[in-house]
Amino acid sequence: MLANYLPVLLFLIVASGLGVVLLVAGKLLSPHRPNEQKLSPYECGFEAFEDNRMKFDVRYYLVAILFIIFDLEIAFLFPWAVALDDIGIFGFLAMMIFLLVLVAGFIYEWMKGALEWE
Amino acid sequence: MTNQDILVVLPEIVIALMACFILVLDLYLPATKKKKFGYGLSLVTLMVGAGLSIVYSEPAPVYGLNGLVLMDSLSAILKVGICISTGFVLVYSRGYADARGLWKGEFFALALFGVVGMMVMTASNHLLSLYVGLELLALCLYTMVALRIDSTAASEAAMKYFVLGALASGILLYGMSLLYGLTGTLYINELSASIVRHDGSTLPRTMALILVLVGLLFKIGAVPFHMWVPDVYEGSPTSSTVYLATAPKLAGFAIILRLLADGLGSLATEWQGMLLVVSIISLALGNIIAIAQSNIKRMLAYSAIAHVGFFLLGILTGEVSGYASAMAYILIYAVVTLGAFGVILALSSKGVEADLIEDYSGLNQSHPWAAFIMLLLMFSLAGIPPTIGFYAKLSVLQAVVNAGMTWVAVVAVVLSVIGAFYYLRIVKVMYFDDLATSHPGLQFRPKQDARILLTINGLAVVVLMPWIGKLTTLCEGAIEVLF
Amino acid sequence: MITLSHYLVLGAILFALSVVGIFLNRKNLVIILMAIELLLLAVNMNFIAFSYYLDDLAGQVFVFFILTVAAAEAAIGLAILIVLFRNRRSINVQDLDQLSG
Repeated sequence: MLANYLPVLLFLIVASGLGVVLLVAGKLLSPHRPNEQKLSPYECGFEAFEDNRMKFDVRYYLVAILFIIFDLEIAFLFPWAVALDDIGIFGFLAMMIFLLVLVAGFIYEWMKGALEWE
Repeated sequence: MTNQDILVVLPEIVIALMACFILVLDLYLPATKKKKFGYGLSLVTLMVGAGLSIVYSEPAPVYGLNGLVLMDSLSAILKVGICISTGFVLVYSRGYADARGLWKGEFFALALFGVVGMMVMTASNHLLSLYVGLELLALCLYTMVALRIDSTAASEAAMKYFVLGALASGILLYGMSLLYGLTGTLYINELSASIVRHDGSTLPRTMALILVLVGLLFKIGAVPFHMWVPDVYEGSPTSSTVYLATAPKLAGFAIILRLLADGLGSLATEWQGMLLVVSIISLALGNIIAIAQSNIKRMLAYSAIAHVGFFLLGILTGEVSGYASAMAYILIYAVVTLGAFGVILALSSKGVEADLIEDYSGLNQSHPWAAFIMLLLMFSLAGIPPTIGFYAKLSVLQAVVNAGMTWVAVVAVVLSVIGAFYYLRIVKVMYFDDLATSHPGLQFRPKQDARILLTINGLAVVVLMPWIGKLTTLCEGAIEVLF
Repeated sequence: MITLSHYLVLGAILFALSVVGIFLNRKNLVIILMAIELLLLAVNMNFIAFSYYLDDLAGQVFVFFILTVAAAEAAIGLAILIVLFRNRRSINVQDLDQLSG
């Protein structure tokens, strides 16, 4: 009975083994020949002005988080618009309710001041 | 599009729209009215949701929205259970959350959106609706754990919960994608027939089954996928712990029943063996590690793992009576756990968490009534007669014995006896230890509504005993129509 | 000729890589969030491949939902990350040791 699971075990071993091997192989096999030119950040032929690992303002992340949510909901609008003739008034109303819920979220973030930069 | 489509999901629609309304209303009301309105409206919404679930319930499955969701007695009973237990959660957590600044519109909205997610889970007949419901619940739970933003423990618990929860969703989805590839359908009631029709190697379908099972076990916190449970129970504010310890268990039962018993019913012999191992090690590990805990929330977390192991015993019988006993078990467990966390919440006050077991020493001397309610609830969790917890354990064991697995029942009884030790330790600490003097004693000052509900909840575990057979009949009736 | 199994193997490799990424990573929580996204994309790869192979649109609709849920999940993950960073001044996985037992 347990023997039936041998292929599964093998799959798990191979799958995780492959993951490890690929990561390790990347580390070991890729050539490491750093020199000053390679390590310096590329900046249009100038000397680098400042450290290239600059810190982002945390407010940028906040706006990015809010953007990504509203942005992806658009994915539902395209198929809806294409199929509007077939789904009729019910489809139209369903999307309006969906947008209404989205607007509720938008009002919430606006009133909470999440969109204020300062 | 017919009226029937709307009626099937009417409770969900009402609660979701009310949750949006409460969230927006909270922004416009003056500060003095905010708390009252949000609280009152949430309770009314939950009552309306429970009422609509009963009024429009149908005994035999009725499908809606092109078969995405269905309505039957099983979903009706669980929806009502979810609404009522969330209502209890709101009543119990008011004093605690208010003292910590968590009692605000977001708390109500998250709780209600979580309820919508759970209701969709119980009513789902399609892998898509099941996944969306599951994620709606999970996202609300992650946020509720992190709600106390000034607490390091809470944010750490939320991060762990988030990472492991997202991993579990990913594994579940991967299993679903394999099921889809094998059967060509996403409808749960069609899976069972088409997965056996598939000829050739059984390897892909075993893979799919294992991945789906791992995802589900992660979500309900069975060993060996239980790592998040103790940390999340301990780290999150108690007002969120009580929420994630009760209602989601009911929804978890629903998706396990729908996906394993219904959707993958034709593979029953394969998942029964896996569930058997999982439930026995859950019982063993949960009960044994709980003994060593000094934090009562953490202890209840390990107790939850053990109880999950017990209800899986009912599922793995693969028979209607077993499913029904598991359903009765999980409903009774939700009632008793609500009460236990209710007592912890009522004993907490500003700056006092009441989460260490030693805090409870001598509670009988200072607050005899609170100690007595806690005694009843601990007896019920341990499964000591004459409490409903005893009946729950008995009916699961009966189903297991009837399915011809007597040795499993014996093991479960032995492990439950070990488990009784740590519940009785709480009773011993409350009744036979001296009043704690080293720290300020606990105050039992719940709000009036919480006090009344807590008394009802505590006494119910004994008083309901004569009528508890009706619950099993109800559960059996709900499950019989499915098979 | 690219067949169904090529896509499935790609999906399995992405899945395995992201699971390994979640468990091996001891340094940075942001990388765990990225691994979670990769996990969901591996699933999407499977769904799209099956959907095309079975000539059934349902799988592609499922992918839309996974994408949007993944965005919501990423937003909540980042929000929890920011809360955690404000409390602990660190997003090192090894620093998550306050709760244990």
